[in-house]
Parts: sequence; structure tokens; C-alpha cells
Amino acid sequence: MKPTRIADGSNGSLTRRDFLKRVGAGVAAAMAAHAVAGAVHTAHASEGVTEDTPAVLIDLTRCIGCNSCALACKAENNLPNPESAPTGLSNEAFTFVSTIQLETPEGETLTRHAKRQCMHCLNPACVSACPAAAMYRSPEGPIVYRAERCLGCRYCQIACPFDVPAFDWGNPLTPVISKCWLCRDRLNAGEQPACVAACPTGALRFGTRRQLLAQAHALIASNPDRYVDHVFGEHEVGGTSMLYVSDIPFAELGFPADLPHSAPPEETAKVMEALPAVILGMGALAAGTATYTHRRSAAHDTPHARHGAAEPPPADASTSEREEL
Amino acid sequence: MNALIAAMPAIIVVLSFGIAVLFMAGTRYAVYLLVDHRGGTQAVASDDFVLPTLPMRMLWPLGRTLVLLSVLTIGAGIVLWRFIYGIGSVTNLSNAFPWGIWIGFDVMSGVALAAGAFVIAATAHILRMERFEPLVRPAILTGLLGYLLVVAGLLVDLGRPYNVWRPLVHWQIHSPLWEVGCCVATYTTVLFIEFLPVILERVNHFKPVTSRLPTVSLYKLLRRVGIVFVVLGVVLSTLHQSSLGSLWVLVPTKLHPLWYTIYLPVFFWISAVAVGLAMTIVESTLSSKAFKRGLELPLLAALGKAAAVVLCIYLAAKAADLVARGAWPLLFQPSLEAAAYWTEIGLGVIVPAILFMLPGVRQRPWLLFTAAMMVVVFGIVMNRLNVSLTGLLAYTGLIYTPAWTEIAVSVALVTLGVIAFGLIAKYLPVFPDENEHHA
Repeated sequence: MKPTRIADGSNGSLTRRDFLKRVGAGVAAAMAAHAVAGAVHTAHASEGVTEDTPAVLIDLTRCIGCNSCALACKAENNLPNPESAPTGLSNEAFTFVSTIQLETPEGETLTRHAKRQCMHCLNPACVSACPAAAMYRSPEGPIVYRAERCLGCRYCQIACPFDVPAFDWGNPLTPVISKCWLCRDRLNAGEQPACVAACPTGALRFGTRRQLLAQAHALIASNPDRYVDHVFGEHEVGGTSMLYVSDIPFAELGFPADLPHSAPPEETAKVMEALPAVILGMGALAAGTATYTHRRSAAHDTPHARHGAAEPPPADASTSEREEL
Repeated sequence: MNALIAAMPAIIVVLSFGIAVLFMAGTRYAVYLLVDHRGGTQAVASDDFVLPTLPMRMLWPLGRTLVLLSVLTIGAGIVLWRFIYGIGSVTNLSNAFPWGIWIGFDVMSGVALAAGAFVIAATAHILRMERFEPLVRPAILTGLLGYLLVVAGLLVDLGRPYNVWRPLVHWQIHSPLWEVGCCVATYTTVLFIEFLPVILERVNHFKPVTSRLPTVSLYKLLRRVGIVFVVLGVVLSTLHQSSLGSLWVLVPTKLHPLWYTIYLPVFFWISAVAVGLAMTIVESTLSSKAFKRGLELPLLAALGKAAAVVLCIYLAAKAADLVARGAWPLLFQPSLEAAAYWTEIGLGVIVPAILFMLPGVRQRPWLLFTAAMMVVVFGIVMNRLNVSLTGLLAYTGLIYTPAWTEIAVSVALVTLGVIAFGLIAKYLPVFPDENEHHA
């Protein structure tokens, strides 16, 4: 039988059959390793989160756009320009009140206000993204940030489905990520978040997620003509701690539409859980193949020169072919 | 104080020019020191090594040196500016678009373009196709320099670069970026160990073989256990090449459906293998021109043939994924994304795959080079930019185009790599000695 060259150069040192045998040896080892690795699983970031996590229910029908919450937030967190109402999330504002003008089919103009801030997801993408656990779920529930671990890589900004984390683009050496931390210190002191405490109309309510979801559904049930039958945050990206009810569909108010009900980290978890198998499989495949080829070549190769043989070993192909015959 | 602030731009210009000059002179001098030039005639190919001629060599040829100096000066100046006035002062990045070409090109493309190191090392040492041995050292050098530049680019882009080591300590096993960070750090070390024998060979050149110097025993040890690092390199490369794709699996609501798929990591890995082969063709062709060496055309042709196979697998997998997800009709709707996708796949995968399959192409160095360049430019760089920039524009709106300062830093990084490769390849035994076997 004539050996088939694996590649079209002269002096090919390996037959195709040989090549396949070498790879095959490694594949067998890799499959064994995969079976072992299949048993290894990593924990989910959302583990241990209960419905008793602290939450806020925001009733957009009650919001008058007074900005008390946004100014209270600035004062509480010692943010710059404490007197001016912010117009977006930034390193100077953890929350802001957006104002939306809508046209009704009758031609009237409606004005609605929506307080926006970190949603404190139950399974947060930013937490799963952060390579150094600078962004993490505190034991009390809020998603918080510790600058001392932060690389400033901004993957949390990429990851967030609500585009919340803000970076300090003008700071050359010590920029931080800014976002709402649900006034964790106040919660620990038994107080409400500053924004909730400051709200004069009762548009913001603080409680556990379980309580507030029940209240939200009760509100909608008792005023079905007034409210849209949708609690924003109940299912979005796996559920959030900030919940909204509204008389206008959320998509018209600038909220992200069509968010999946599964949390984005569940997608990456599928990939990350495969890694032990990849490590063991690829390791076994490479090591197995290398062991096999080295044993074979040690059997009928002369030792090579210093550079590891720039010239191919002579007649390797024909030697192995003869052996097989 | 105010005077200092006012004078800052001028200070930056002067400093950056100094940095550029220091770099160019410093690398030459470092290589000069590394080479034992006292008594040998074999190691010293020419009179390049005589110290007093060093400044003259820097001025000649003047044009080329001036271009390199200005590119490096501008790059260094922008980097200084960034560390004085912040990332926002030299980029068009914003909270709505936090990653630009410093991630999309410097990191995502840079890592892929350095894949030749693990692909060629595995071919020659794990599959033990020993005729590819002459390509191994240049590929490892390309890889090592590539990763060093990725790290350099990353340190400029990170807001708090002094925390870059944190992922190695604070394990966060859910984050693909944590995994990329750990693997890139480890693999850069592995590449250095894989390249170390080349340096040691030069250091040991005039020592007797029986010498008990630590550099000699280290060299012998590395020759014996080198295969361990090749295997390690394959595992680490597989992990982080794919995980650069996993980064984007986290953004199902942001990345355009032409690119968003749970199989992104698989596609990133397959295309890394393909570009590992293509980059080796590109690098070998350019080196043979630059160093007036012979071209290992049969070997490069074999790599081209292998690249054709890998590209076909890549194409089939991407097509199957588009069909399975039902996203293929998007290919035929006129949009920026469809145009970008067609360019990436057509010019970067289909055309080069066909070219690589033609024996007539594989026998002509410049055609082989052209096909390989298409894989590099369209198949990889454009693909990585599509995933990290173009594919997000539908979500964010057209709010980002790279600032000239961002482009200039990326150009300076590539220039650094080319200079370093040229100098190292010239003075260290990276390429097999063409005369050695006839001696």
C-alpha cells in the first residue's frame, strides 16, 4: 500500500493513517476525562437568594417628578452638585427621574416620570461578569461594589441589561464604578433607603420582595382599568429587587422591552460549567497524543541535533509503513 | 501649579519622544548585551555589534527610523495623556459604549493573532510532524510578543491597571473574563518558558558543552521537559481563546443575532486555529523578505491546506448555527450588520478557503500570502470587531467610532511588536541556520 501524504510538501514524515491513529489515542483518553468532568458543577451566583430580599416597589402612577428621591440620594452618598437634579445615571448620580412625554390616540399629551437606578437583579449579570468579585451580592441582598478590588475593566457595564454601572472617564488612575447600592448601611441600621424615605407621594415603597410583589398584584387587581397588568422586574432577566407598576406599557416609557425571563448569567454558566471538561479533555487529548507519538518516535528515531532537527527524520513514513505490513 | 498644568502638553510631547528614543536605543542595546560578541565569529554574522556604530545604525536608514520614531512618540504621548487626564480624554468611549478598539482590536484580535504559537507547537511537538520544526520558534516569538502587546494594551485600557493581578487571587469562577485573565497571565509565562531555550542558546553559545553553568543545565532541563509546556500551552490557549467568545454570551439582549450564539466560544476557538495557521504563513513570508532568507514554501503550503480544512469546518459550523437559530434570514435583509457579516465570512473565510484549496495558489508565495492575509484581516480582525463593536450598534445606536488617538495607540503597539520581532529574530537563533546543515 502506498502511503498517503498528509500534506503536500516533500519529505512528509507522517502517513494519514498514522496521523489518525495518533489523534485517536488522544481522543479516547479525552472521552474518559469528559465523563469524569461531567460530574463537576459550579454553583450559581443566584444561590441563596430568597424572596425575602430587600426590595422597592415603584408606582409610576404616583410619581410627580419632584426629584426628591434623586436629591436625597446625592445627599446620602455625598455625590457632587447636591442641589441639581440629575438627567441620567453617571458617576455623579446613582438614580435619576426620567420624564417622558406621550401622545394619546385622542391627541392629548401625557407626562410620566420614571425613577431609574440599579435594578438589583436576583441573578445579576454584573456580578457574574466581574473578574475580581469587586461587584458582589451583599449578605443583606443589595448588589454592591468595592473599589479596592476593581480593575476598571468595565465588563460590568457591558454585561448590565439595564446599562446602569457608570465609569469615571475623567479620572486617570482611581476611577470607580458608580451605581445604587440600595443604601446598604441604612438597611443595616434598620432604616429605609434614602430615596424611599424622601418620596412625598408614596410612589416608592420599601419591603421584602415577597411582600411587594403581593402588593403590586393586589394594586393591579383592584384597579385593573388603571394599571397595566405587568409588574416590571417580576420576571425580567430572572427577576429584580426593584419592581415597577405603571398605567402605561413599560416599553413606551423607555424601559428595555422583550427582556428574557432567564438571567443572562445562566447562559454563561452553561459555558463555564463545561470548562472542567475542556481542561481535562484537552489536557488528556494533548498529553495522550504527545505520549503516544514520543514513544513511537523513540522506538525508531535517532537522537536529533541541537535545533530539534530542522531536517525531517529520514524515511519515518516508510519505516512505520513497513512495520504495519 | 497652573503653569505646570499649562505646560503639561509640552511636557508630554518631550517625555514621549524621550520614551520612543529610549525604547529604540534600549532594545538594540539589550540585544547587543545579550549577544556574546567578544571572541566569536560564528555568532556574529556581521559588524552589527560594534558599540560605537550603534547611533549610526539608528540614523540609517533615516526615513524608516523617523517613521518608527514618530509612531512610537505619538503612541507614548497618548498613553501619557491617558494616565494624566483619564481614559475619556483620548477615547470616544462612554457609559453607553464602554469598550472600543483597545478591547476589540488590541485584546480580542491580538490574542487570536497570537494563536500560531500553540497551533504550530502542537503540530510539531504533539502530533510530532517534525518537518514543521523550522516554523516553531518564529511562531512562539510571534505569540510571546503578541501576548505581551495584549497585556500592554490592556494596561492602558484598564481604569485601575495596578489591580490587574486581582483575578489571580480573588477567584470568580462565573466570570469568563476572570478565566481569560488567569489564562493570559499563565500562558504568557508558558510562552516565555517555551522561548527561553532560544535565549539560553545564545547565552551559552561560547560556553563548553560540558559546562556546569546554571544556564546550561537550565537549557538541558527545558529541552527535556519542553513538551509539558507545549501541552499546557494547548490547554490554556483552548480555554482563553474560546472564553473571549464566552464574554459575549452574557449579553443576549445587546449583541446582534447574526453573532449572538451560545456557541461563540466554539467559533472563537476554531477561528483561532485557522488564524494560527494563517499568521504563520504571513509571518514566515514577511520574515523571508525582511531577512532575505529562503521561504519554506512546502511547509507553508501544507499549513495553507490545513487552514482550508479548518476554515471549511468553521464555515459549516457557523452556517449550521445560523440555520438552527433561525437567524439566517437576517443575512438577506439590507443592514449594516448583514454587510459586515458577509464581508467577514466572504472575504475572510470562503474566498481564502477556496484559494488555499487550489494547488496553483499554494505554489505561489504571494498568492498564499494574500489568502492568509485575508483570513487575518477579514476572518479574524473584522470578526472580533464585529462581535465587540458592530454587533452592538443596533442596541446602542451609532454612538461610537474610534478616536484617532485610539487608533494611534493600536498602531504604535503593532509597531512595537514588529520592531521587537525584527531585532530578536536578527540577533537570537529564532530561524534555523541555513548553513548549519551543510557545515
